Amino acid sequence: MKVVLRNPRREVEVAGNRRVKDVLRDLDIIPETVLVIRGDDLITADQHVKDDDTIELRPVMSGGSASRSAGEASQ
Amino acid sequence: MKCRKCGGTAVLELRRHNAAFCATDFQEFFRNQVREAIRKHRMFTADETVLVAVSGGKDSLALWDVLIDEGYRTTGLYLDLGIFDYSVESRAKCEAFATARGVPLMIKRVEEEVGAPVPVIKQVTRRPPCSGCGLSKRYLMNRAALEAGIPVVATGHNLDDEAATLFGSVMHWQMDALPRQSPALASTHPKLVRRVKPLYRLSERETAAFAFLRRIDYIVEECPFAKGATSIAHKEVLNRMEDASPGAKHNFLFGFLDKARPAFERAEGVELHECTRCGQVTTGTLCAFCKLADQVKRSL
Repeated sequence: MKVVLRNPRREVEVAGNRRVKDVLRDLDIIPETVLVIRGDDLITADQHVKDDDTIELRPVMSGGSASRSAGEASQ
Repeated sequence: MKCRKCGGTAVLELRRHNAAFCATDFQEFFRNQVREAIRKHRMFTADETVLVAVSGGKDSLALWDVLIDEGYRTTGLYLDLGIFDYSVESRAKCEAFATARGVPLMIKRVEEEVGAPVPVIKQVTRRPPCSGCGLSKRYLMNRAALEAGIPVVATGHNLDDEAATLFGSVMHWQMDALPRQSPALASTHPKLVRRVKPLYRLSERETAAFAFLRRIDYIVEECPFAKGATSIAHKEVLNRMEDASPGAKHNFLFGFLDKARPAFERAEGVELHECTRCGQVTTGTLCAFCKLADQVKRSL
């Protein structure tokens, strides 16, 4: 099956016919850090993916600048 | 996996809530969390206009989307940081969103305001790019709100952002930062507007899922300067902890807000003045933004 990864965008081939959580474990990706997208849908980690499926693992992390709640315009 | 509310097929599991939701019920859960944040911290009322700081990313556009649907009067504020293609693309996302939803969007260019875009500021200051960028953003958000007569700025900071900031502050025991970490900062000076974070109860995976399910076209690529940022390293550490112990991030942040934060509040307040040049609020005589602009001017 095909897995689309981001930042940078790339594709990898991995074995299918198993649960999403097994694919994530193989790729050493923490489930909390990605959305799992198949077609137009989000799917949960217990779902089975087939050998001819394509899924996107879209990272959810953003930012860089610490929010610094503290930061006033004055600082 | 089944939706906790309706029993339909779940699209997202929320381990920290020991729950999973279908698309419809997840969106309702999400909106309820935003409503609860606004209510609990009296962030703003239905009579007030809210200036929503948007970056083109999932968090700020999801926030704007919810506030519009909740019936709030909003104006978007996009700060063009001048970070190459990233800024061009993120600005286009914000403009497209504003047009589609029929809401006003203000645009300010950092290059015009500071004298140089963020990549140049980074070189001039020889400090991490997030430093000059964050300073400029906070200053310009406040000033834009004041100039437009808007009493409150809302940002898209989520639970992960807040937990990572708290983690950083604790790691260095930044005693001045800890009491000021809050989902809502009241105006403490006539020239400082209220600042609120209505998404602080939601993780970034939840805001990403909401943006995806609402078909919001947001910028997925991260800021080219974010790589190696300390806050990202802190988020990675916290995600490992979350994986081992669901709810860890939530407990860390909410435990601080509910129990520990009051202990860090100082009895005496910080004295605030107006910058001798621009008139914005500062603790000194010349504000940090004007000092930065000076530094940029000298080097060009």
